[in-house]
Amino acid sequence: MSSIWDIIIVGGGPGGLSAAMYGARSKLRTLLIEKAKTGGQAASTQDMENYPGFAKGTTGPALMQAFADHATSFGAEIMRNEVVSIDAAQKIVHCKDGSQYQGHTIILSPGAIPRTLGVRGEQALRGKGVSYCATCDADFFTDLDIVVLGNGDAAIEESHYLTKFANSVTIVVIHDEGVLDAAPMLQERAFKNPKINFIWNSTIQEIKGDGIVEGVVLRNIKTNETTELETNGVFIYIGTIPLTDFIKGQVNLDSRGYIITDERMETSAEGVFAAGDARVTYLRQVVTAAADGAVAAVAAEKYIIEEEGFAESVLHESRPVAVAFWTPMIPKCIEIMPVIETAIAAYGTQAKLWKLDTYRNQRVAKRYGVVEQPTVLFFHQGVVVNRLVEDEITPAAIKGILDSIL
Amino acid sequence: MFEVHKDNFDQEVLQAPGLVVVDFWGPKCEKCLALMPDFERLAEQYGDKAKFCKLDTSGNRRLAIAQKVMGLPVIAFYKGGEKIAELGPSECTALTIEAKIQEHI
Repeated sequence: MSSIWDIIIVGGGPGGLSAAMYGARSKLRTLLIEKAKTGGQAASTQDMENYPGFAKGTTGPALMQAFADHATSFGAEIMRNEVVSIDAAQKIVHCKDGSQYQGHTIILSPGAIPRTLGVRGEQALRGKGVSYCATCDADFFTDLDIVVLGNGDAAIEESHYLTKFANSVTIVVIHDEGVLDAAPMLQERAFKNPKINFIWNSTIQEIKGDGIVEGVVLRNIKTNETTELETNGVFIYIGTIPLTDFIKGQVNLDSRGYIITDERMETSAEGVFAAGDARVTYLRQVVTAAADGAVAAVAAEKYIIEEEGFAESVLHESRPVAVAFWTPMIPKCIEIMPVIETAIAAYGTQAKLWKLDTYRNQRVAKRYGVVEQPTVLFFHQGVVVNRLVEDEITPAAIKGILDSIL
Repeated sequence: MFEVHKDNFDQEVLQAPGLVVVDFWGPKCEKCLALMPDFERLAEQYGDKAKFCKLDTSGNRRLAIAQKVMGLPVIAFYKGGEKIAELGPSECTALTIEAKIQEHI
């Protein structure tokens, strides 16, 4: 391991690329590791109509190339490798080829992959008419009849795209007639499209074909009746699953495997942040992933400054250090600060005062169990040797503690 | 690396002696483009033991479908005019392709 990076980003979709751009622009040594081509799922979405500023639309691959170019233009390094595990405490990522990299912080943006249905024929006929990527495979279905399973934004949007190629697109929907989960604007367009048909209250029970898709067995979930439908292709859009197996046990995940973060994108592990589709979040779009990446990078930068500042000024200081936890929002803090300053100043260069605004740096306050402000912690050789809270803070008490240390 | 298409597929792939490895790809398939450098590296490494071809499916849709390829990327292995193995969209990586090459040369 040659050197320590400021930020190591795992995953090169829009969340990771945005974090890389923000990190590099702040002059942080930023490494992004991506196992394939950058762009993530967004790079396999052809029509991109909802990224702000692109009213006439752009394409997923074009937008993602612009994201990557933007990040590297500020000096972010993009490396092709696959991260297989991380050590959240040491901030080390381990790659498939045996190499490892250490950072002051890690940003996890591993993304998600399409969920598979898990029915007979699905796995065997993948690439033989079963597809999860209209952009990749639409060409093959020119003038053919295809089936789409699902009814969310992706299913309806991609069905519309597929009608530019296919003879007909039949969307199999699990809900009652007329009910779709997709956004109203997408629904309206699908209902108006003469090439799109719907089959309601149904799901796919089996995909049939000898070497190539020939049909599907549909099951009506209300009547349990099954029917066969001839088709040349099946596109499955039933949501995604997060690619978080490699970080299990290192950061907290929810029951479905999504990474839990706070509003600063920090995970359960200090200094480890997350962005994008693999995070527990309300909306999974390019714009939200990009926003996550910005927040994560700025939070990571702050983490580095706080941790380095505290370590240098307090933990590695040979003299005793009085750390005053205060916040200008509490009048008592403003009142008592001159008292503390005078009491410490009396020791000249023998002791040192370090003021810590708890509003700006909650992390250190939390670590040392500081709940009331003002609180003064006395550090010597990296450890807390004494503490004074609120009314206990008097010139005499400060003098007593410092004298005992010295 | 041979560029194969509907007019030379028979001659360059089916009638060629020894192992022929064909990369079915398309210009809109990001995964295909990402895989291409690996495939080219393998073509250089094993070029004396097998023949490596690229097939752009965008202009050769019927040929691809006739080869039972309806999704990308696919790496197919031919010997004596027969398809003997195949790696589909969820399977093909540099590692799996190399393992298959070693299995069949």
